[in-house]
Amino acid sequence: MRPPATDTGEPLFSIREARLHYRVGGALSALRGRSSVVKAVDGVSFAIARGESIGLLGESGCGKTSMGRLLLKLEKPTGGEILFDGEDVSRLKGKALRRYRARTQLIFQNPFDAVNPRFTIRAILAEPLENAGVPRAGHEARIVDALELVRLPQPAQYLDRYPHQLSGGQLQRVVMARALILQPEFVVADEPVSMLDVSVRAGVLNVFRDVRDRLGLTAIYISHDLALVRYVCERTIVMYLGKVMEDGPTEDIVHEPLHPYSKALVAAVPVPNPHQSHDPLPIGRGAPDPRNPPSGCVFRDRCPHAFDRCASEVPALRDAGTRQVACHLF
Amino acid sequence: MRDGAFTTRRPGLVARLFGTLRLPLNDPFAVCGLLIYGIFLVTAVFADQIAPYDPTEILYTPEYDLAADLLPGEEGHLLGTTSLGRDIFSQIVYGTRSALLIGITAAFMVALIGSVVGLVSGYFGGWVDAVLMRLADIAFGIPFLPFVIVLAAFLEPSIWNVVLAMALVLWRDTGRVIRSQVLTLRSRGYVDAARVSGSSDLKIILRHIAPNILPLSFLYGSIAIGWAILTEASISFLGFGDPQSISWGYMLQDAFASQALAKQAYYWFVPPGICIILVVSAGFFITRGYENLLFPKLGK
Repeated sequence: MRPPATDTGEPLFSIREARLHYRVGGALSALRGRSSVVKAVDGVSFAIARGESIGLLGESGCGKTSMGRLLLKLEKPTGGEILFDGEDVSRLKGKALRRYRARTQLIFQNPFDAVNPRFTIRAILAEPLENAGVPRAGHEARIVDALELVRLPQPAQYLDRYPHQLSGGQLQRVVMARALILQPEFVVADEPVSMLDVSVRAGVLNVFRDVRDRLGLTAIYISHDLALVRYVCERTIVMYLGKVMEDGPTEDIVHEPLHPYSKALVAAVPVPNPHQSHDPLPIGRGAPDPRNPPSGCVFRDRCPHAFDRCASEVPALRDAGTRQVACHLF
Repeated sequence: MRDGAFTTRRPGLVARLFGTLRLPLNDPFAVCGLLIYGIFLVTAVFADQIAPYDPTEILYTPEYDLAADLLPGEEGHLLGTTSLGRDIFSQIVYGTRSALLIGITAAFMVALIGSVVGLVSGYFGGWVDAVLMRLADIAFGIPFLPFVIVLAAFLEPSIWNVVLAMALVLWRDTGRVIRSQVLTLRSRGYVDAARVSGSSDLKIILRHIAPNILPLSFLYGSIAIGWAILTEASISFLGFGDPQSISWGYMLQDAFASQALAKQAYYWFVPPGICIILVVSAGFFITRGYENLLFPKLGK
């Protein structure tokens, strides 16, 4: 549909020391010294090359969704900068902002929440077109095209239905169609299949992969499931408590995870073989209270290899072969 | 052909508006309330045709005596006359007009101001929210009836004082409730989706948030109608009303000042009282219907 993005060598996004800190508790708790800061995203830096698919991996609360929201300007970073095509995203306004909105899109985790229940499928899909100034006469054809793109069979029959009349898989395709209808260059997919039945996951994932390849999309795929990330992304960034732990080619991370946290994630992937011993790493159950993370390396209280240095010094993201790791072991 | 289908399937504006208001037509109490409103509305509109006399005209009997203190039915006066020789039935009919006029305009103002404040405050948050909600706090601190009396004392006596006072003070409840509703709506995925697809704040508010809070503003509007009528009656009864315009409250005050109770002239002060009760409880019934509709789990 669109010629593949020409690789000028310049990344589509460069994220430098992005921070998103929330103050928890209001002015009153601040007076009583009770307020604390949650660092949803804390000094994350990476670049997204054109046409690249990156998996953001981590357990819930690690800041992967917040990172996605920062990229789409749904949240304002409290520090650092996010450059899209060389322009600072947080400074975009007016016309430039509208252009940026047309070029970047989001696919939601929960399709039932992502569409207004009062709108028909037609109205849902028409909204981005209206905002982009597509003349009304052209809407119908564009909508049908988009629904065909995500392989919703016989799309015309769905146009005047309401979201509750569609199944989760169908609705997720509608959500994808809405994200793709303006032919964006960049898409954030926030756990697009986690709310779906296992039976329809593969279908939706395949559609996502095919469309991405066909349109030459740059994509961020947010998930807690390494197997899914492996299925769609060639590069993976592992996040933990707002920080990047490991960043590198997905296959390398799957076969030889370096960071102890990545090791635990790889070990947690279920193996479809009842005889093979299943031995996840002993990293304990839950993540620590994000308002009060450990000093030094944030992972140290769950890490089986933690030593003195981990408590005193925050590990920087260092090159380790094909990838980057933030751990004092490397 | 497809385009034709597109236009014909959209229901008319009026039908869609009624659809959004979601009148609670399946609740018998609410239907009863709507019916009472309907009857009073018709009375107010056709007051000139229904009322046999001018409500302020001093009437005389064929014998050229003052037609004062006539009992119901005497000389063709359906509800009798006041001690100044005015026709009570005509006063009731014209009182409907001012009651509904005040009630509806006040309710409109309260619902409108409250909804706008709630939407803006809840959607934008930050210092806008802080300023508006501190204003609401101040409004909550103002005792309503004394405020109306002070206002009426400063301004010319007029039925619009009540409307003004309600617009200045009573938006607080509506604003607060709608704000909290907007806070939950704002965090819904489809609001993010609209933002990502490039919708402006105004468009998001009007298309995705306002339709969801419209029943709520209508609920507070129905409450405000009753409040306004009650307030106007209280103000008139206390003697701060406009003596030129006949209202139910003025009738009560007139009856009180003329010692109607001592004369056992129940026909004079009972009908306006019943009218006030009917309209206010009609508003309550409609509110109840909305409550069942908005919070279906409450009743069970």
